[in-house]
Amino acid sequence: MADIVIRNLRKEFGAFTAVQGSSFTIRDGEFFMLLGPSGCGKTTTLRMIAGLELPTSGEILMDGEDVSQRPASQRDIAMVFQMFALYPHMNVRRNISYPLVSQGLPRAQVQAKVAEVARILGITDIMDKPVGGLSGGDRQRVALGRAIVRNPKAFMMDEPLGALDAEFREHMAEELRALHDRMGATTVYVTHDQLEAMQMGDKIVVMNHGVVEQFGAPQDIYDHPATLFVADFIGSPPMNVLRFQGVAQAGDRSIAIGDVTLALPEVQQDASGRDLVLGVRPEHVTLADDAPYRGRILASEYLGTSQIITLDTAHGVVKARAPSAQGVRSGDTVGLAFRAETLSLFDAGTGRALRTAANAGVFHG
Amino acid sequence: MSAYSVTEPSRASKSIAAVLVVVYAIITLLPLLWIISTGFKSGPDSISYPPKVVFEPSLEGYVNLFTTRTRIGAEDFAALPPPETWYDEIVRQSGTVIAGPSRFGERFMNSVIIGFGSTALSIFLGTLAAYAFSRFKVPLKDDLLFFILSTRMMPPIAVAIPIYLMYRELGLSDTHLGMILLYTAVNISLAVWLLKGFIDEIPREYEEAALIDGYTRFQAFRKVVLPQAATGIASTAIFCLIFAWNEYAFAVLLTSGNAQTAPPFIPTIIGVGGQDWPAVAAGATLFLLPVMIFTILLRKHLLRGITFGAVRK
Repeated sequence: MADIVIRNLRKEFGAFTAVQGSSFTIRDGEFFMLLGPSGCGKTTTLRMIAGLELPTSGEILMDGEDVSQRPASQRDIAMVFQMFALYPHMNVRRNISYPLVSQGLPRAQVQAKVAEVARILGITDIMDKPVGGLSGGDRQRVALGRAIVRNPKAFMMDEPLGALDAEFREHMAEELRALHDRMGATTVYVTHDQLEAMQMGDKIVVMNHGVVEQFGAPQDIYDHPATLFVADFIGSPPMNVLRFQGVAQAGDRSIAIGDVTLALPEVQQDASGRDLVLGVRPEHVTLADDAPYRGRILASEYLGTSQIITLDTAHGVVKARAPSAQGVRSGDTVGLAFRAETLSLFDAGTGRALRTAANAGVFHG
Repeated sequence: MSAYSVTEPSRASKSIAAVLVVVYAIITLLPLLWIISTGFKSGPDSISYPPKVVFEPSLEGYVNLFTTRTRIGAEDFAALPPPETWYDEIVRQSGTVIAGPSRFGERFMNSVIIGFGSTALSIFLGTLAAYAFSRFKVPLKDDLLFFILSTRMMPPIAVAIPIYLMYRELGLSDTHLGMILLYTAVNISLAVWLLKGFIDEIPREYEEAALIDGYTRFQAFRKVVLPQAATGIASTAIFCLIFAWNEYAFAVLLTSGNAQTAPPFIPTIIGVGGQDWPAVAAGATLFLLPVMIFTILLRKHLLRGITFGAVRK
């Protein structure tokens, strides 16, 4: 097991830059998520760590050693592919033992290890079946078995749950996380599903257009998005963004939005211009009749324990998450109350969040 | 259940299809049956008019195919000891004796060596080239592929004279190696194109999984890609073999005493006193067997190979 340090990693395919200068560190034993929309460079990053693509420039350090130009076979990494890539001409047992055979392990040892892995994954009964007829879940387990059988330095997983039914995905996600906790193996996991990333990851890197937008623990990323992209990409529904003109300077503890002044955590940085964005999560918007910031209710969606109320305000549409018992009527105008420590302020010119007393600890570099 | 189903053909169309298939089979198999039966006829039966459908089977054609015979004087003939073997006996019935073996066995072996040799070489080179075209960044890939295909755009025999002169200079005329190289050169473009299609269909993830599992690129190719491409390789091999096996024009032009294959040899079987049709038919029958056996052995792959890509399994 190993720390994996990524430094200024860059990959170009001809004129197209897939990854532009990513840097982050994956600690030993972490369940690490690469999250982003399709085409953001997350899979390319994973493939560079695995050795299936060689980076154009930059370093990949494993145990302090730069492996960026080594072939995959020399990196001691295991990978689970989205479509599992089980060898179709071999049965389950041979699929799982295949990585051990390449190491030239004696047969008795191979058999013992394969049997142990089969027990861990609960697939002892399908070991002699061809992989063609297996269910999605069993294929997934076989692919996992092939990955864990040789105790690699790290696991790479490229959307491993993407090919499963929604219902089964939940179950496999739990199984995967439990397996990781049991083995303590460093895992790098690519997904475009922000819920999956939050649910399973110790750390998340959010990427967009080949750039690392934010890197941190799931809750830090959720509560304090570093960019407008992250604010919009993470959360369902996403963070509300209220666009307005105003002045924000270091030391401010409030901001004027329209004719209302809202309390903020202390701003520690000047904004570059007058175009600002206020970000607030739907669950941090409360409907209060006496609040000065007003909005008109457009609709509400019932979600069981809660409801999503859509309101029209002077600075755009806002969604609020409220208990489902709260009665609302479309067309009513109500007040929206915010708590200072839950607000984020973005500089619309740069797309980045302004550093405040609340998020200063989260931002790095 | 409705009377009409989109996926299941109706009973009427099924029987029409069956009739068509049977008629087609008869039309295509009739010449074959005629050749096979002629091979078992006696000389007079083979040229009788109207043609005999029912006849007394005879191995004369096969014996004549494998032997050369000579006619000797009536006195010498009468003085011969009684025939020692069944084929001696057959030959004597037409008033001749066996002078020695014919060259059919040798020519047949030449066909086997050249046909299977060039097929193996075409598949070997074709698979490697197709894999490279399918997986690697090859400069000018599309132009190269087109160039390879363009070698098929004229009949190979159009370059017969340059090849004849070239082979004479290189000492490849009338050699097994020369014929293997020639048939490989003709077949390789077909092999590359067919195999590239098959290899393109194999997801790269399989090889990548093998690379991650600690195998080199070549090991991944051999242990993961090749078994996956078996279908394509089998059907490509059949096409290559059929061409090399049946090729006539170059064989006539470039081979004679040493490396002559069966196709130019069979028509030269002329018996004592006129064309020996049963022997020619026997030669043709035996000539059909290797390709038939090869195709039957690989037919499972061939069927899948022909429909490959049309339907995902």
